[in-house]
Amino acid sequence: MANKDSFTGIKNFKSQPLSFFLHVLVSASAFITIGILFAIIIYILIKGIPNLKPSLFALKYTTENCSMLPAIINTIIIVVTSLVIAVPIGVFSAIYLVEYAKRGNKIVSLIRITAETLAGIPSIVYGLFGYLLFVIKLKWSYSMPAGALTLAIMILPLIMRTTEEALKAVPDSYREGSFGLGAGKLRTVFYAVLPSAIPGILAGVILGVGRIVGETAALLYTAGTVTKVFENMTGAGRTLAVHMYCLLSEGLYVNQAYATAVVLLIVVVLINTVSGIIARKVGTKNGKI
Amino acid sequence: MNRFKEIFMKFIFFLAACMSVLAVLLICYFLFANGFPAMGKIGVAKFIFGTRWKPGNDIYGIFPMIIGSIYVTAGAIIIGVPIGVLCAVYMAKFCSAKLYKILKPAVDLMAGIPSIVYGFFGLVVIVPLMQDILGGSGKSVITASVLLGIMILPTIINVSETSIRAVPESYYEGSLALGATHERSVFFAVLPAASSGILAGVILGIGRAIGETMAVIMVAGNQAVIPGSIFAGVRTLTANIVLEMGYATGLHREALIATAVVLFVFILIINLLFSILRRRSK
Repeated sequence: MANKDSFTGIKNFKSQPLSFFLHVLVSASAFITIGILFAIIIYILIKGIPNLKPSLFALKYTTENCSMLPAIINTIIIVVTSLVIAVPIGVFSAIYLVEYAKRGNKIVSLIRITAETLAGIPSIVYGLFGYLLFVIKLKWSYSMPAGALTLAIMILPLIMRTTEEALKAVPDSYREGSFGLGAGKLRTVFYAVLPSAIPGILAGVILGVGRIVGETAALLYTAGTVTKVFENMTGAGRTLAVHMYCLLSEGLYVNQAYATAVVLLIVVVLINTVSGIIARKVGTKNGKI
Repeated sequence: MNRFKEIFMKFIFFLAACMSVLAVLLICYFLFANGFPAMGKIGVAKFIFGTRWKPGNDIYGIFPMIIGSIYVTAGAIIIGVPIGVLCAVYMAKFCSAKLYKILKPAVDLMAGIPSIVYGFFGLVVIVPLMQDILGGSGKSVITASVLLGIMILPTIINVSETSIRAVPESYYEGSLALGATHERSVFFAVLPAASSGILAGVILGIGRAIGETMAVIMVAGNQAVIPGSIFAGVRTLTANIVLEMGYATGLHREALIATAVVLFVFILIINLLFSILRRRSK
């Protein structure tokens, strides 16, 4: 970093108009990017916070109060259910890929390709798939499990990738030490490798939570848009992001939409901060080793 | 007993790993099995190249939506790629460590903002802005392009930054030693070496833009006709599905699923390109 600063003094640019131009260009781009982000956040906070009224958090939704509390509860239920399904599968697949699979295995490359494919599929396609499989074929109708399963498949590649990276970052000496003490493969994985990979896995899980909280298209036709809390955990219901979409498409509730946007933004900022802190901790820890 | 446990758990891990294969197979099966019959009934050429979408009269041509998706994606790339790549250059080669600590989390935060919030921002800020500047409804190809351009920034920045950082430092140092300035070295020695990685990022951005649904619905106007200009309203493939799925029945519903098949095929091609490029850049 230090060597760069010495080259960026203005006096060097006098005979170098192109360099000056390029420097302005990159700085401006970074400034625009940051500017847009702050514009979005500040605009929504300024417009939204005055609209955060206690009636928006009433226990029951009516067309008068447009309460978002049922949607918040639904969001939490969906997040927990999706994670319960996706995290074990994602972590176990990553364990298989990193700890067990042999190099050049055909099945392993197939798994990697499919995981990459899953990561690139747009959420509306997931939504339609969930609708066709869970709602139509299995006749679950719009329901919480249909939504949660769809989202679990959606975040699976994310969990897999972050867990893989976390497992790969665990030094081999941990494994060798554990084997040296006479532990079996399974014991080594669960007692030596996994514990030191947990912060990395957690950072990925938190990112997954962020994706679920912000998801709309995949839930619209799987979990539905009913305004109540999921009945018996199997009914239909809307999450916060879906709630916001419904408010906007009805067109009458812009102020409530602002308030919902504020809540969503706060959740996202919190999630990013926590995930960032955990990831940084992992970074410094590995740096010391 | 221990040996049994080892083998059993290995099998469980393997089974878990096969879930992503199963998921892709299921998605392919359900989309294709439900989409192809409709294409057959409507006629593949009529469906893909038909320029009229009138579910009321049983006319299903998705060409306007295909063109719409291509237009807004191209617009997003034109707007998002230069800013994104230059921002990545700034983050990798220009900014101080202190500034980087602000920039990096900011870009990550941008990636985490839900698309519905972007769409809302587009609806209440960019659409009125476009109304003032260009007149009309403000919901148009250009509005959708601007919003999507913003949304793909974090994707492009992250992939580009990684590939710029992966270029060996000796390229940069060699160029400096030949008397080039810092800027020239970065742009003419480092950046060309990172180009295939950056291209992979652009392709990933294309995938994001073409698959984006909620934000586009808010700002694109959603008319199912081929836009006459970039100031006209447009409907994308994704918007077509979400807007009409709620009330569609019979052949109409199947036609919407077939729309998703077309979108899915687009995405598969983009994914393939991306993974080929990424392998090559490694």
